[in-house]
Amino acid sequence: MLEIKNLHVNVDGREILNGLDLTLPQGEVHAIMGPNGSGKSTLAYVLAGKEDYEVTAGSVTWKGEDLLGMEPSERAVAGVFLAFQYPMEIPGVATMTFLRTAVNAVRKARGEAELSTPDFLRFVRDKAAALKIEPDMLKRPLNVGFSGGEKKRNEILQMALLEPSLCVLDETDSGLDIDAVRIVAQGVNALRSPGRAMLVITHYQRLLNYIVPDRVHVLSEGRVARSGGPELALELEETGYAEFGGEAA
Amino acid sequence: MPAVQETVARVKEIDVDKYKYGFSTDIESIKAPKGLNEDIVRFISAKKGEPDWLLEWRLEAYRRWLTMQEPTWANVKYPKIDFQELYYYAAPKSMEAPKSLDEVDPELLRTYERLGIPLSEQKVLAGVEGAQLEGARVAVDAVFDSVSVVTTFKEELAKAGVIFCSVSEAVKTHPELVRKYLGSVVPITDNFYATLNSAVFSDGSFVYVPPGVRCPMELSTYFRINEKQTGQFERTLIIADKGSYVSYLEGCTAPMRDENQLHAAVVELVALDDAEIKYSTVQNWYPGDKEGKGGVYNFVTKRGDCRGARSKISWTQVETGSAITWKYPSCILRGDGSRGEFYSIAISNGYQQIDSGTKMIHLGRNTSSRIISKGIAAGHSNNTYRGLVSAHRRAANARNFTCCDSLLIGDQCGAHTVPYIEAKNASATFEHEATTSKISDDQLFYCLQRGLSEEEAVALIVNGFVRDVLQHLPMEFMAETQKLIGISLEGSVG
Repeated sequence: MLEIKNLHVNVDGREILNGLDLTLPQGEVHAIMGPNGSGKSTLAYVLAGKEDYEVTAGSVTWKGEDLLGMEPSERAVAGVFLAFQYPMEIPGVATMTFLRTAVNAVRKARGEAELSTPDFLRFVRDKAAALKIEPDMLKRPLNVGFSGGEKKRNEILQMALLEPSLCVLDETDSGLDIDAVRIVAQGVNALRSPGRAMLVITHYQRLLNYIVPDRVHVLSEGRVARSGGPELALELEETGYAEFGGEAA
Repeated sequence: MPAVQETVARVKEIDVDKYKYGFSTDIESIKAPKGLNEDIVRFISAKKGEPDWLLEWRLEAYRRWLTMQEPTWANVKYPKIDFQELYYYAAPKSMEAPKSLDEVDPELLRTYERLGIPLSEQKVLAGVEGAQLEGARVAVDAVFDSVSVVTTFKEELAKAGVIFCSVSEAVKTHPELVRKYLGSVVPITDNFYATLNSAVFSDGSFVYVPPGVRCPMELSTYFRINEKQTGQFERTLIIADKGSYVSYLEGCTAPMRDENQLHAAVVELVALDDAEIKYSTVQNWYPGDKEGKGGVYNFVTKRGDCRGARSKISWTQVETGSAITWKYPSCILRGDGSRGEFYSIAISNGYQQIDSGTKMIHLGRNTSSRIISKGIAAGHSNNTYRGLVSAHRRAANARNFTCCDSLLIGDQCGAHTVPYIEAKNASATFEHEATTSKISDDQLFYCLQRGLSEEEAVALIVNGFVRDVLQHLPMEFMAETQKLIGISLEGSVG
């Protein structure tokens, strides 16, 4: 279970999160919605441990452990995965090389044996095929020259390979056409399981037609302003974020 | 990528001093008296039993050197060198007349073992002892201070007609070749350090590949400076006769010493018609400690002459060591249709200073050249690429492509690019690309979020950055180099 209590976060001296409370039980999928600037991406980065996000008060525990006291790579090993809104390019490093380095780093740290080359290739091929990722894409340098859809599918592929227990998806639908949203959503749904919690951050309700959440939370000015069932997302689609201090969606 | 993990594992093993070649060997040596004058030049020449013409050649260089000034145009800073405070000749006492590995002082052999000369070289040493191994073999010339300790595989190479020995030996056994080619690419008047080298050069390798012969194995020389305050002035001469091919690799290390050591080498390559020489360097001289104390001054002149039509010379260098590197492996594209290549990875960390690059001098028609330079600066280091591409009036259709990329790690280091381009022929096509980038915090964070440690992330990103150059190294040295990159950058982040 992910428990966030009274979380206050400053970025460049400005308070972005301001007393955020959230409880995400194991096995559930919660959506985080809200207007631009309400703190959605900040929440994602704080959970993953990005520098320059200064936690001034509050606590975050994951399965009872203090998440804020862990280094970013320790959190990854502990099962925290962030699907980035803007995945980084690493020139000269083949995507396959990156995947293998990451999988083996995490497996090693978790005390599991590293995968042999044939086992790893088989493992990747199966997962990649499900996401309609061409083998050729895996030979290209990581995210370099990838289309928006390729980048996001690559994020979900990494999520499938690293087998995290807490998945944070930061605006995974942004910049995708409807077919790409469907493929990505199928990939995410395939990973839903009783042992895995997911936090799906999105500006639009559209994604939630495909990834139906158990709960929806609306952020406004750095805290949860309203929570509800999946119908809350539909309501927002009608009314927009006006009542939460944002422009109409 | 296993190499990344191995890099990290290696880095962790080295907890105190990251420079693993920093030990010195306690061995009795014969030295020339300190300082430099005509008598020292005569002493060196006499020690080597050289003919009169070579002594005269040395003395001419020495007299010339007295009139020259140290170059100051490079982007490096160091206290003035007192050339009278150096020793110009040092040889292990036992090395008066080495013939085979059996006669080599065991202390020297242990030194090379401890140096962990790349595995392929150890295979060679085993090979010499009679236990020949399958797979890639490399013939080695091991140079310790001023003398060549041993050269392996000489007999097998001789069967193919390839001459591979120390320069001192070649002077005795093949004087006509040495006399014809020595100084024909880098004349004794060339520059301050090359002229000094011509006066006092000690040892280095000599290679001659006869017409039409493809050298049956990689050749390599391993240079080691051991003695204190001793300059190493190696001289290497490689001649690829018509239609021949040779691949040559040099490696270098030195003990950790508080004072600076001077290494002023000259390498000359000659490629005749349709010949090809591939010359690779993995330079890992002691870089000095983390405060910038000690380290090797690596002031080197390397030049290849594509003398024949359609000849090709390719330089690949991985520069990770030395306190200061001043080095511009160049190609004179004299033969019509000849081709020069320069692939470079230059990594500076701590207080290292690198001013390195190449010169591509297009003289013949339809000549082409390619320059790929990857500079990586970390710590408080300074890393300059300096290159010249020029086309002579007669060099119709000269073509060059240059790509200089710099990567900065941290905000205390500097990367500089100084390209000179001269075209005196309107049909020349020169392209130049340059980029400077930083390992961004976002890239690092992305890797950390996927479970990589900071060292793994940096090693991965840097290995990606240098990939275009890495693939030009001989296979056996690629993995070794990937590890070396990780070790060189230890402590560059965080």
